[in-house]
Amino acid sequence: MRESTLWVLHIFAGAIILVLLGLHMFIMHLDEVLGVLGIGYSEPIASESVFARSEQAFFMVTYILLLGAALYHGLYGFRNMLFELTLPKAAETFINWSFTLVGLGLFAFGTYAAIFVFAAKFAKEI
Amino acid sequence: MVQNSKFRNNKLGLWGWLGGGRFGAERYAYALHRLSGLGILAYFIMHIFVTGTRIGGLESWQTAMNKFATPFFKFGEFLVFLAFAYHALNGIRLAITELGFGLGRPQRPVFPYKSSVIHQRPLFIAVMILAAIIMVFGGADFYLIK
Amino acid sequence: MSDAATLANEKKSEHKGLEKVTFEILRYNPETNREPVLKAYEVPLKKGLTVLDGLLWLKENVDGTLSWRSSCRMGVCGSCGMFINGKPRLACNNQVVHLESAKIQIKPLPNFSIVRDLVPDLEGFFDKHRSVKPYLIRRELEELNHPTNEYFQSQSELIDYIQFAYCIKCGLCLSACPTVATDVNYTGPQALAQAWRYLSDSRDEGAKDRENEVYASHGVFRCHFAGECSEVCPKGVDPAFAIQLLKQDTFLKKLGMRRDRPGKAVAPKVENWTPKKEIPKAPERTVK
Repeated sequence: MRESTLWVLHIFAGAIILVLLGLHMFIMHLDEVLGVLGIGYSEPIASESVFARSEQAFFMVTYILLLGAALYHGLYGFRNMLFELTLPKAAETFINWSFTLVGLGLFAFGTYAAIFVFAAKFAKEI
Repeated sequence: MVQNSKFRNNKLGLWGWLGGGRFGAERYAYALHRLSGLGILAYFIMHIFVTGTRIGGLESWQTAMNKFATPFFKFGEFLVFLAFAYHALNGIRLAITELGFGLGRPQRPVFPYKSSVIHQRPLFIAVMILAAIIMVFGGADFYLIK
Repeated sequence: MSDAATLANEKKSEHKGLEKVTFEILRYNPETNREPVLKAYEVPLKKGLTVLDGLLWLKENVDGTLSWRSSCRMGVCGSCGMFINGKPRLACNNQVVHLESAKIQIKPLPNFSIVRDLVPDLEGFFDKHRSVKPYLIRRELEELNHPTNEYFQSQSELIDYIQFAYCIKCGLCLSACPTVATDVNYTGPQALAQAWRYLSDSRDEGAKDRENEVYASHGVFRCHFAGECSEVCPKGVDPAFAIQLLKQDTFLKKLGMRRDRPGKAVAPKVENWTPKKEIPKAPERTVK
């Protein structure tokens, strides 16, 4: 029954990503549209915007949430694709473990980066 | 003898993932969903490292951004946006249907059979139209509006 | 289809004025060939000619070594599944004119080993079916082995599963499935649909017995709803629907919104029953 749990989490992670990544896409790639409507950030990848966002608790927390959900969702999907290629049991176990380690490692790095920039207050230098 | 000489290489293999013959729309939607997912995953892993350059402060961030300011990378990012729009909207449809909703009810099969796939066709068309709309908006933002 | 509609179709199709069609058949003799080879034959076209009729004509008049499986010739036995013009179909259920092509390409069902010519190896297919325990499972063995009466089941409980009981085990769904195309260990749409046929049967108590096969890492979760199995099923079983209902079942049970319920009780024996006055008495038994 463990496979059921992994799959249900995959669906929930997808729902979380839909909301958070949708928001992220709005800010990053529909900024002109938002600008016309008078809200949001213009020039979202200019240093001022990036570091201003990084220092807001809302963005720090949601970035970490998005990172975790997206890593789980993406790596689980990729693992499924590999499993469906008829692999020996040893290869399946290896993939499960290595993907878990890679996912945890990337999550740790991303969380560290988010918290570091939040605390460092680089934007004050601008 | 005859027992051992069965011709075993009769699988459609990866060609089967892509359609393998004259198949329905949802089969191609599945293939595209996998392709877009792989594309987004590859971009995402690089993205974690690029956004991680913020640790070095404004200069390191600006250096990274200058490296990726070429039209080639901009087009690549646009492709990722398209992949996201398709994957997210098709994903909404899959989340609904794979949980058993929107597929109708079990009934006695009477020809012509109205399968669950036909039942969810309107939902499929609706998400495809929404995805197209989002792609158009994204395209406008990337290349039209200055 | 009405006669007028059939006539209209025939006029529209390529077969207007055609007297022959080409059957391109994949031949493979394990004793003489190394690899399967496509071979073309001409078959005279008659009104109502099905692909199976064409194969029978070829075997009688052209090449007696042509091999395939068929039996009922009316779409109920599931023997004659083949890959016809790019789609898995039953040979007996498809008229040549409805395929709308002057060339009919026939290959054995993909995703199965080929025994010979158009004969697929279905042993693995039947093994997967057996692995989901496709029979009613009850806890009280005494009643099961020495039944006193039937298990009661209402009409609406019957409708919940009867659609999935129409499976004729033809194997078309496994040929169409993209996961079966690469994953040898995947249980397959046919076996999973049969698992649901029993799990949703109100008389069945075998949810725990089938758990390991159905919800394993190569069970239902290897399905991604490409929906081809339902599109090619000749009996309207809709295996894709059964698999999504299996996923819904485990999802709701995980959230605690649905519980395993005990199987239906045995219908009580009716004692001292008298018919209504208007119903006439049965005639005397002729056999004592």
